[in-house]
Amino acid sequence: MPDVTLDDVRHVCRLARLDLSTSEMERVRGELNRIMAHFHELQALDTEGVPTTSHAIPMSNVYREDIPGVSLPVEKVIQNAPDSVEGFFRTSLFVEE
Amino acid sequence: MAADTKETITVQLHELTAWELTQKLQQREISAVEAVEACFDRIAAVEDRVKAYLCLTRDQALQQAREVDARRASGEALPATAGVPIAYKDLLCTDGVPTTCASRILANFVPPYDATVVERCSQAGLPMVGKANMDEFAMGSSTENSAFQITANPWDLERVPGGSSGGSAAAVAAGEAFWALGTDTGGSIRQPASLCNLVGMKPTYGRVSRYGVVAYASSLDQVGPLTRDVRDCALLLGLIAGRDQRDSTSAAVPVPDYTEVLGRDVTGLRAGIVRELLYGEGIESDVREAVEAAIKTLDSLGMACEEVSLPHSEYSLPCYYIIAPAECSSNLARYDGVRYGHRTERETTSVYDMFAKTREEGFGDEVKLRIIKGTYVLSAGYYDAYYRKALQVRTLIKRDFEQAFERFDLLICPTSPSVAFRIGEKADDPLAMKLADICTLPINLAGIPAMSVPCGFSGGLPIGMQLMGKPFDEPTLLQVAYAYEQSCDWHRRRPAL
Repeated sequence: MPDVTLDDVRHVCRLARLDLSTSEMERVRGELNRIMAHFHELQALDTEGVPTTSHAIPMSNVYREDIPGVSLPVEKVIQNAPDSVEGFFRTSLFVEE
Repeated sequence: MAADTKETITVQLHELTAWELTQKLQQREISAVEAVEACFDRIAAVEDRVKAYLCLTRDQALQQAREVDARRASGEALPATAGVPIAYKDLLCTDGVPTTCASRILANFVPPYDATVVERCSQAGLPMVGKANMDEFAMGSSTENSAFQITANPWDLERVPGGSSGGSAAAVAAGEAFWALGTDTGGSIRQPASLCNLVGMKPTYGRVSRYGVVAYASSLDQVGPLTRDVRDCALLLGLIAGRDQRDSTSAAVPVPDYTEVLGRDVTGLRAGIVRELLYGEGIESDVREAVEAAIKTLDSLGMACEEVSLPHSEYSLPCYYIIAPAECSSNLARYDGVRYGHRTERETTSVYDMFAKTREEGFGDEVKLRIIKGTYVLSAGYYDAYYRKALQVRTLIKRDFEQAFERFDLLICPTSPSVAFRIGEKADDPLAMKLADICTLPINLAGIPAMSVPCGFSGGLPIGMQLMGKPFDEPTLLQVAYAYEQSCDWHRRRPAL
């Protein structure tokens, strides 16, 4: 695997919605390269034909009766919002005028 | 004179196990209010040095205790442990009480509901003492990654209590709560239990509901008890275990009375001693010797102990550090500063800009690093090489355990490769810090239950032995742990604070 570049870090930060300074990105790049070298140990392992495990305890879909329950009142849901108006969350403009 | 008498009673009280306190409560020797006051007297005496709590809920605890006392006085049949005060790791949602996850991004978050485990403990009449410190979003092994404070190990205030449930462990070890709940994604209950001379259990994945637990890595996270002895562990597990309709990964497996197995003969039980995790690199000699001595004790109790190999355990660390950050990067995408949590006050030019600035300000360095790592291993071109590969290796690790459990009833190794390290000692060496979890990570990957039990001291610092079991076979772990505990007195030692 090639080394992680600053452009790679910039790209991943954008995907992760993290606004890091260039010096922070440099730090992250160093850390990523260090840890990725460690991850390469796994490549040596033959896993041809081995199934993946995403959950250790096998479970199939769980269903329940579709009975309407009681929801939290709007004022309780909205109480932690950094900004709200009349029971709605208010955020920055995201549709360009 | 009166003050002296109260002082004597308080000193005795805060050192009791939860079940000893239960007996005194049931016999009306003391009241639940007195039990809560004993905790807060102790907190007043030691908390400025230990710093276990992020938030104390004295009024609420006293209110809950008064209700228990009134119900008991009226002759009502109460759950056995009603009135025993408890601490919660600060990622368990508590209705109306701040839940910060030790992160700036949730500094002002007040949940509108209780986590299922909190609800069950409240219904059982356990007064909540407060919310315990932790590594931010449970990412760490020392509680040094908290955005708010560093918690000290009650056995040596210059050392870490372990993590990420370090505040929960320190509170119980210091006598500031009778028991606590933590969460364990890669060792975060068992490692601090080991470093603080407590019993700590990560139950089988799905044994306990995760509803209302702030998510880190959803396929690995599990809630469990931190207690002063094995009986307390059995009692608290019994309170929180069981199917919850609000968590579809909680298993519909009946919950036994976990105290029933305590005292049962262990003769003939077969224990596999994990070669790689007892004799492998990085295990301190004092730790190895203490665990070997404990194994001899189990032998003398009639158990059949012999070595077993888990050949893929050496791959647990890279496997875990791909899977956990991958899941974390997905789970933590929800923190966008819109519905709850911190939002940037800087000027923003777009909604993307608001998200990115909010998250940059709100998350600490370790959390950012894990989000970036996780995003990287899931990104186009790397998914197969890293994430998919790690999920395949996870299968191999799990198969190792399945094969071992064909021959053995339980497996044994140290919990932590070392005793508590000094605050700051590993802070700048991320890989050294991660090695602290080398014995505990494989268990979360395999989803099986495991617990740490005190088994000795080195230079005045506690050592823990880890017992690992088959899925949903917590009873065998408790049975063996109890038998061992009855033959020693490590768990009775309390730190001199």
